Amino acid sequence: MPEREQIRRTPADRPEKAVDETPPSSETGEKLKAELDDLLDEIDEVLETNAEDFVRSFVQKGGE
Amino acid sequence: MAIRKICGIETEYGIVYRGVEDPNPITASSILINSYLSDLNRSGGTAHGAPGVGWDFEFETPGSDARGSASPDALPPEVETHMVNAVLTNGARYYVDHAHPELSTPECGDALSVVTFDRSAELILEQSMRAADALLPEGQSIVVYKNNSDGKGNSYGCHENYLIDRELPFGRIVNEITPHFVTRQIYCGAGKVGSEIGLSSDAVPFQISQRADFFEEEVGLETTLKRPIINTRDEPHADPQKYRRLHVIIGDANMSEVATFLKVGSTSIVLAMIEDDWIKRDLRFANPIHALRTVSTDLSLSTPLALAAGGSATALEVQRYLFERAVDWADRHGYAVVGSSVGPEIIRRWDDALTGLESNPESLSTTVDWVAKHRLINGYRERHGLQWGDARLHALDLQYHDLRPEKSLARRVGLETICPPEEVVRGMSFPPEDTRAYFRGACLAKFGDEIISANWDSLVFDIGVEPLRRVAMMEPSRGTAAHVASVIESSQNASELLAQLDA
Repeated sequence: MPEREQIRRTPADRPEKAVDETPPSSETGEKLKAELDDLLDEIDEVLETNAEDFVRSFVQKGGE
Repeated sequence: MAIRKICGIETEYGIVYRGVEDPNPITASSILINSYLSDLNRSGGTAHGAPGVGWDFEFETPGSDARGSASPDALPPEVETHMVNAVLTNGARYYVDHAHPELSTPECGDALSVVTFDRSAELILEQSMRAADALLPEGQSIVVYKNNSDGKGNSYGCHENYLIDRELPFGRIVNEITPHFVTRQIYCGAGKVGSEIGLSSDAVPFQISQRADFFEEEVGLETTLKRPIINTRDEPHADPQKYRRLHVIIGDANMSEVATFLKVGSTSIVLAMIEDDWIKRDLRFANPIHALRTVSTDLSLSTPLALAAGGSATALEVQRYLFERAVDWADRHGYAVVGSSVGPEIIRRWDDALTGLESNPESLSTTVDWVAKHRLINGYRERHGLQWGDARLHALDLQYHDLRPEKSLARRVGLETICPPEEVVRGMSFPPEDTRAYFRGACLAKFGDEIISANWDSLVFDIGVEPLRRVAMMEPSRGTAAHVASVIESSQNASELLAQLDA
């Protein structure tokens, strides 16, 4: 395949995808950010208490 | 001409045995599976599982090589027969492989069915953990992770299997599917903090694939050392004159249902296109291993990869080309071989994923695992001002894959689901109805006491008179509910069943 022969679709070609193009400052972006903030608030409650020990002791045998 | 893409997934799960000194993962895996099987026995025996029936290895030949003969330094994988090995009434196999619990889904008729049975497998593992913890002494616990690496250089697999036409020359499969295997990770990679081939967290803070670090060859028989992008194991578990089973070892285990759907769906279509000779361009990479790792570590998705025929293409460009061919292929051939209702859904999801990756990858944080994981871990890192090498970030990575619902981070990031929950629960006990898995599962449920062993392509019955009766199932698309449900229903016991099958 010749270099860069692929045609990239521009956002204008697919107006139905407008939501994906919305910058983070929009309503959707704010909502996503708020959800992430809520999630990060919860994380410390479920995160393994001693992360360093947990990661060090997580040793598996190779498989397959 | 393309044949129906019957497919399945086999997943080796990471396992942690807590509360004991020097935990043995083989013991832990055996306890886990035996606890589940005992639980089934107590709750009604073979109605929900078939714990008494073992796996039959008579015709297993994992050392057979699709290239004709194995190279002298290739080690055929060992088949371990002494450990727990059960067949379930959903047609799945649940066993200890090396030092991991492994569950192979039954043969499924399409990608959506695979996702359902892969989710059913997760529920079986969840129930296994609860069953084991109920039996273990206070302070001990077994925890299962659906990932592919321990972050220290040890990897375990999530393999896919696809039925393909034996007439298709193996060399063409290698040439034409490799570009897909190198690039599909951009939507089915599970994401990983850091690298396991000696690169610093500055060089590789986060990568797209769990597995790319572990692949060293383009083609080969190995699965545990020098892993190849294309595995040549030639063990069709079906009529070897008509079929191959492409054993795909390069994939990540996905937590996202959509990612599993895309992984299996896109691969089914690309394989069908290869059978129909529909990929018109030579997409081979000049150096596939280098390309695989480059794609995995390039979160910008923009690095050009050198092509063997000259020029270059990005992973996204290769995927967009394969997608456009798929649309064209489906216009001409229809979707019958990948599922008439599922096919258009694969195309729609595939387009959505590529469009999202082309414009704003973060928009895929509810469908693509690596995007969801990166968003979570990077958000945590920024909030707490951590460096990428910090153990807490590695802990978040591992915990994304924790199968305990209360601990799993993947279950908290808002991943979209596509399988109805009641179907997933049903899939723990009942087989798919559109492949031979139906015959295996339905016979185990009804005649479990008279079946002494089972494997992918046969069942062995003991009806009390010599000799034992082996029923071969060499056609994966036969033995469906449409073929055999009435025969099984109208038989009171295995003798009657066998008499009807002989008639």
